[in-house]
Amino acid sequence: MKSAYDVIVVGAGPAGSTAARYAAVGGASVLMLEKDRDVGYPVRCGEAVSHEGVVQFIQPDPKWIAATVSKFRIVVPNGNSIVPRLDGIGYVLERRLFDYELANVAARAGAEVVTKAYVYDLIRSNGATEGVRALIKDQKVEIRGKIIIGADGVESRVGKWAGIDTTCHIRDMESCAQVTLSGVHIDEGILDFYFGDKIAPGGYLWVFPKGKDVANVGIGISVESAKEKSAIKYLEEFIEKRYPHAATLTRIAGGVPCAKTCDEIVKSNVMLVGDAAHQVNPVSGGGIISGMIGGMIAGQVAGEAIVRNDLLHLREYEKRWHKRLGWRHEVFYHIKEAISRFTDDTLNQLCEDACKLPEEKRTVGSIFRAALWNQPSMLLDVAKVFIS
Amino acid sequence: MIYIVPGKCDFCGCCVGVCPEDAIELLESDIRIIDERCTNCRKCVWACPWEVIEFHREGIEKLPTELELPQG
Repeated sequence: MKSAYDVIVVGAGPAGSTAARYAAVGGASVLMLEKDRDVGYPVRCGEAVSHEGVVQFIQPDPKWIAATVSKFRIVVPNGNSIVPRLDGIGYVLERRLFDYELANVAARAGAEVVTKAYVYDLIRSNGATEGVRALIKDQKVEIRGKIIIGADGVESRVGKWAGIDTTCHIRDMESCAQVTLSGVHIDEGILDFYFGDKIAPGGYLWVFPKGKDVANVGIGISVESAKEKSAIKYLEEFIEKRYPHAATLTRIAGGVPCAKTCDEIVKSNVMLVGDAAHQVNPVSGGGIISGMIGGMIAGQVAGEAIVRNDLLHLREYEKRWHKRLGWRHEVFYHIKEAISRFTDDTLNQLCEDACKLPEEKRTVGSIFRAALWNQPSMLLDVAKVFIS
Repeated sequence: MIYIVPGKCDFCGCCVGVCPEDAIELLESDIRIIDERCTNCRKCVWACPWEVIEFHREGIEKLPTELELPQG
């Protein structure tokens, strides 16, 4: 490890590794620091992604794919369900190996990677950020960097230190718990989503297959709702009812910022990517691919800035992100708000209406259009995005 | 005051994400509340998926009201 780099990436999740990779490809010297001992572990994720999302970055490899899925099923409070038609396939990943591979790709592109390296502060002087202070193998070290990319997840502090407000409103933060269960009867090719106020208020519960009789069973509820009852309690109740005899292989907690992208994702020479920048699809809570897209754009822009020797160029990241995905997340955010107002009765009715559609017309779009008719106010919410 | 039950935290960071005061320090397998910054707003208590963060009322004369709570 050197004492100075063009770009320092804090955090080696998918967003961080992708940022490191593209910055290195762009010609920058890159150091990526990971606070945990291993890249990819512990896994804090439902692990589902779309094929088309993944192939933008890496060829699918059986090594890090636990299951291939071609359908998803939405289960409404009265127990009825609908399987919307879906074009394309998806994967349930082995995130541990997937993240590992992404860091490997970054390393092959030229980035240096150091684990068990906890960044505890930025080196700041007269308002400018000159590097990071880190604890590496219990030694305090200072590393200089021209550009700092904060990919430090939902618990991000890099942004806060640089003066960017990354605090997530409790209405938008999803408090999550997940177990990996073995010995469960599941349909291997299908992702299950359970909705309802009694099952997962302000969120949903998922059952994602990870092999023949193994599944990730998890829940995300809004912190606002968690005031009354915690995520783990809802999850335990569901498992007790549905899979009372299953063995628990892993048990994890997590938080997902289902918000709009942070108002600022670049400040001077500090950039934020992934969960740290709230680059999560606010409806689905999915953040792997969108975080990687954020990471790619940030890495590319950082590389360009270094080559041109022009740090003002970093602002370009914000523009490109909003053009690529940020605007869409704003629309999704308004849709999420509308969905969160659905009562259990509305959800039941929605499912009933959707089941009346001919099978070939049961697309997410048409189901959603039906929902819009039921909730005209949602049209207004969406329209506002385009008018404002 | 805010109290983290020893040995039970999963270090997931959900609490850090909602803390408006940057008052929680999270390492790979260590977490602590920075008392000087904590305002007892309790958002971390609600956020914790595993109910590991508790709020202990003793010794606190006045809690922030809804209006005084930091927004966000």
